[in-house]
Amino acid sequence: MFGFFIQRIVQAAIVVVAMSILVFVGVYAIGNPIDVMIDPAATQEIRDNLIRQYGFDRPLYEQYFVFVGNVLQGDFGQSFIYRVPVLDLIFSRLPATFELALGAMLLASVVGIPLGIWAGYRPHAFSSKAIMTLSILGFSLPTFWVGLLLVMTFAVQLHWLPSGGRGPTSDLLGVPLSFLTPTGWSYLILPAFNLALFNMGLLIRLARAGTLEAMSSDYVRFARAQGLKESKVVGLHVLKNISIPIVTVFGLEFGSTLAFAVVTETIFNWPGVGKLIIDSIMVLDRPVMVAYLILVVLLFVIINLVVDLLYGVLDPRIRARRSA
Amino acid sequence: MSDAILSVEELQTHFFTRAGVLKAVDGVSFSVGKGRILGLVGESGSGKSVTGYSILRLVDAPGKIVGGRILLKGKDLAALDPEAMRRTRGAVVSMIFQDPMMTLNPVLKIGTQMVAAIKAHVKISTADARKQARDALALVGIPAPDERLDVYPHHLSGGMRQRVAIAIALLHKPAVIIADEPTTALDVSIQSQILAEVRRLADQTGTAFVWVTHDLSVVSSLADDIAVMYAGRIVESGETGAVLAHPKHPYTAGLMASVPSQAERGQKLVQIKGSTPSLAHLPEGCSFRPRCPRATDICKTMPALLPLGDTKVRCHHPIVEHAS
Ligand SMILES: Nc1ncnc2c1ncn2[C@@H]1O[C@H](COP(=O)(O)OP(=O)(O)OP(=O)(O)O)[C@@H](O)[C@H]1O
Ligand code: SF4
Ligand SMILES: [Mg+2]
Repeated sequence: MFGFFIQRIVQAAIVVVAMSILVFVGVYAIGNPIDVMIDPAATQEIRDNLIRQYGFDRPLYEQYFVFVGNVLQGDFGQSFIYRVPVLDLIFSRLPATFELALGAMLLASVVGIPLGIWAGYRPHAFSSKAIMTLSILGFSLPTFWVGLLLVMTFAVQLHWLPSGGRGPTSDLLGVPLSFLTPTGWSYLILPAFNLALFNMGLLIRLARAGTLEAMSSDYVRFARAQGLKESKVVGLHVLKNISIPIVTVFGLEFGSTLAFAVVTETIFNWPGVGKLIIDSIMVLDRPVMVAYLILVVLLFVIINLVVDLLYGVLDPRIRARRSA
Repeated sequence: MSDAILSVEELQTHFFTRAGVLKAVDGVSFSVGKGRILGLVGESGSGKSVTGYSILRLVDAPGKIVGGRILLKGKDLAALDPEAMRRTRGAVVSMIFQDPMMTLNPVLKIGTQMVAAIKAHVKISTADARKQARDALALVGIPAPDERLDVYPHHLSGGMRQRVAIAIALLHKPAVIIADEPTTALDVSIQSQILAEVRRLADQTGTAFVWVTHDLSVVSSLADDIAVMYAGRIVESGETGAVLAHPKHPYTAGLMASVPSQAERGQKLVQIKGSTPSLAHLPEGCSFRPRCPRATDICKTMPALLPLGDTKVRCHHPIVEHAS
């Protein structure tokens, strides 16, 4: 198990290094931030000075190594626009995105997993077919379109919920959060639902496929032959078996949900990292873009690692193979 | 047999498929007495498993019990409501299956599965249930039962797993256990150990067994009574010694001639000609007719299962010994 852990850490480190190079080169290729940063009427001298000051005159690999050196000291640089350290900037926006993504994932699980299990348990029922249609919609409807529809319906037409923003927050351990107050909820629920739809569809399909397979297995027949209640057959035998793929997907999707909250945050004007990054791209605020993308890579790698380890906890057969 | 614990009367289980109605079990009758073992023998596809599933009312769609009675301690299982049937399963009648690798849930510890099986029928603390589980494992000859409770099925050998399955089936001291070829997947020495164990359990606990198998040598060493099944019907039944000493049905005789240990030394092994008929295209009259060396015109009508000497046989031209 320990050897397995070390091996995974090394793999993860390689991925992070490779991705950081890609990100750096990619962002460099997008455009020159100097043009955006300074007054077009500025003299060539001011321009050259600035270029030198930011080190844009040096070769790319040198810029990269300076950047890595700084990062290793915990310094991702300063935002060109806001003139504050980018890490502070990102971390100040992170709680909002985190809360939104977590809310979306929980909503997706709480709704998606039971519906999926039901659809797998009674595959021929009308309700199951309706559920599957729903999951296809959740899958395929574009997030921004559903988002706009939600705003139109619940905010503009019905006036039930606010159309955007985060509203007032309350602090928990110094972190501003929405879910502690009913008002906070009223701002959170629409964007969370919007962001949840895709994963809801995914979890429904996953839970259904797993349940369908488990229901025809010998161990379910045997459990029934022992006189177990159907609730126990499903709640113990089936659930434990389908939990492995579900935990994997939950973990992996949590990463992408965080990263792709961009669309939802833009529609609902949610003050999270996604909105920050869109704004930064508009003005070519390189340090923010690079730091954000590298943090996303780190996040994915860490989540993958955790999921892999959890996998072993959940599936004893894998645990046995690894320690062998 | 008037002291029968389980008596199946004219059981009919049909599968309503697109290709038509498959009469997998079509008028099967047999009975088992306390502490006795009935060997249910027949080729693959003759309906042995479906008969077993029917007794526990665990036939999967599109299968359905369409006729007959299943009298267990005088109560007709075919007429029970689902909840009463659930309370009967595991408590009064249990079942074990062919593949010990698949009947235990791979991701649940042995103890967890056994505790769930116990709690399905009695209100009891988990600690007490574990004690019962341990005792049950000890009863079927599993060494170090305490430790076995905390392992997963893949830690055990095939033979051990089948013992665990038998222990689970025995938990509530059921009157009858249906065993669907439980030793077929095991090697011969393990098989004979388990058969000896089952014989001892039947004698000690008074549990009756319906032992499904296609292996005549298993039946001859284990079963008190035998019922030979062909294409969904019983074609011959009686005490094992009586049937095997003088098989009266041409199919039984053919089966015996094809088993090495049963055929007389020096005699050639003969396979029954032809193969198991498809249920969708059964011949008119006696189902065995196309393969039968004794068939005549009258065999185009279905013979009844009638007493002949000390056994019962379903044949127009039974093999009767001529006093030479
Ligand atoms: N789910 C099903 N759908 C349709 N027909 C089925 C189904 N299950 C069983 N049958 C029919 O019932 C017949 C008897 O099957 P069964 O499993 O009882 O045979 P068996 O005697 O147990 O054979 P084996 O020795 O191979 O286990 C099969 O030949 C098949 O035609
Ligand atoms: S009834 Fe006729 S065909 Fe059927 S087994 Fe007897 S002799 Fe053979
Ligand atoms: Mg079978």
